[in-house]
Amino acid sequence: MTKLYSNKVNIMLFILPALFLFFLILVAPIFVSGYYSLFDWNGFGEKTFIGLENFRELFTSKSIGFKKALGNSLLLAFFSVFVQLPISLGFALLLGRGRKGERAFLSIYFAPVLISTVVIGQLWLKIYNPSYGILNVVLRAIGLDGWAKIWLGEVETALGAAFIPTLWQYVGYHMLLMYAAIKSVPTEYREAAMIDGANEGQVNRYIVIPYIKPILKVCTIFAVTGSLKSFDLIYVLTNGAPLHSTEVPSTLMISMLFLRNRYGMGSTIALLLIVLCFAFALIIEAIFRGKEDR
Amino acid sequence: MKTVKGKEALVYLLFGFWALINLFPVYWMFTFSLKSNEEIFGANVAGLPKEWLWSNYTEAMTTGNMGRYFLNSTIIAVITIIIVLLVSMMATFALTRFIWKGRKKMNSFFMLGLTIPIHAAIVPIYILISRLHWINTYQALIIPYAAFSLAMGILICTGFMTELPIDLDEAACIDGCGVWGIFFRIIVPLMKPAVAAISIYTFLQCWNELMFATIFISDGVHRTLPVGVQALAGQYMKRWGPIGAAMVMATFPMLLAYVFLSRKIQDSFIAGAVKG
Repeated sequence: MTKLYSNKVNIMLFILPALFLFFLILVAPIFVSGYYSLFDWNGFGEKTFIGLENFRELFTSKSIGFKKALGNSLLLAFFSVFVQLPISLGFALLLGRGRKGERAFLSIYFAPVLISTVVIGQLWLKIYNPSYGILNVVLRAIGLDGWAKIWLGEVETALGAAFIPTLWQYVGYHMLLMYAAIKSVPTEYREAAMIDGANEGQVNRYIVIPYIKPILKVCTIFAVTGSLKSFDLIYVLTNGAPLHSTEVPSTLMISMLFLRNRYGMGSTIALLLIVLCFAFALIIEAIFRGKEDR
Repeated sequence: MKTVKGKEALVYLLFGFWALINLFPVYWMFTFSLKSNEEIFGANVAGLPKEWLWSNYTEAMTTGNMGRYFLNSTIIAVITIIIVLLVSMMATFALTRFIWKGRKKMNSFFMLGLTIPIHAAIVPIYILISRLHWINTYQALIIPYAAFSLAMGILICTGFMTELPIDLDEAACIDGCGVWGIFFRIIVPLMKPAVAAISIYTFLQCWNELMFATIFISDGVHRTLPVGVQALAGQYMKRWGPIGAAMVMATFPMLLAYVFLSRKIQDSFIAGAVKG
């Protein structure tokens, strides 16, 4: 038995397919992206080595507008952490206390997560449609004609209008994770606090929230990295328009690659995105760890 | 006591309101997929269709080619699931049963895959796929999708496989089974719960994916559902009925599965987050 399970050839045979796929599609491309980011390259011709010039251009060039795009995604991350997560947590706490029909409500709230982002995006395009969209129709019906806008077409409103569906779609996702964690809080803890005279708010604050901190950390990481990487809904809703006011790094990367054939620059953005995601994940880990020590 | 009741009523009012916010867009999609332009654009914006216009669906199927895209998405999802299942079970078998140095490290190496974003690799994968002349083929999507679901597959498998007692392997070994025999006759049949969780996770990953599907597929023959809906919406700017029908077609398998498997589907999302 031990002989069977320490046979090197067998080990290799079982692990190789996974290793091959993993290396070919995930690991090698990151290093190759790092390599491409040092070149000026249109994808088929000669590569010209330019060192860190892409990085410099990215952060200084006005016409690329990377800073604006990065700012937009950080703004989305901010709303995600300080608006979306509190809504999720509030509902998760209300549902997790043990109310009739909590499972049914949770299932409804989670449903948007399963719908394809293209469908969600197309639906919201129709909700926002200036002449026939349900939003403007309702506003006109209640006499607020002045409030009706070309929501995704005006610079002032486009970014907010593009963010709302993104935030809306994933509220249920975070809620589900928090709910599952809340349900794992031992009932004795809750009961002991209740006997000591704590009300629902106090139980939540002193028993439940500290207990589910690990999942709150995971949700925060997902919310921030998800915002940095956000692509689908922005691509469907505005693709960066009007006047690049809703551009995010991923949409910028795609237009660099496939509209302007700037593969070096596209790789630079891709690389920066991974580095940023990892950096933010580490920072959030550190913040949560720091809080535990105190 | 009265205030408690009042508070409970408020909570349920809030639940109901939030449910409405979540369900309304979906309800609206179903209704306008069956309406004519006149109803959508004025006479009957949010109500049930007065005249049920099934022709929107036939139009989405024929002119919109949604049937083809549906088939493509299904083929890609099914093959990806099979690959992920087989490869991740094999790797987990090597990682949990075999005795070798560095298997812990190898496991953490695979777990890195949970955090790597799909965009990160897009340029090199695109170049690889075009060099292999795989643009506009199913494998252009299947291979990357499988690779990106692999880490989760291994994570889920590890949970289930470490729970299977090693005595099973020993008994099989004494009866004369080799490693492949143990793997295929003993381990794989006992992994059914893992199969369900991995299949759900992988299915969701590939069914809704947009970025790779837009870039690696440019012809209509291999196009997947999300890209198909997007293309149709571009063609039918002024006619919402058929677009609605296409969106319903892209959505209903998922929602139908959710009605029956809501607990399982939710669990597969939770499993992914707890370790991730």
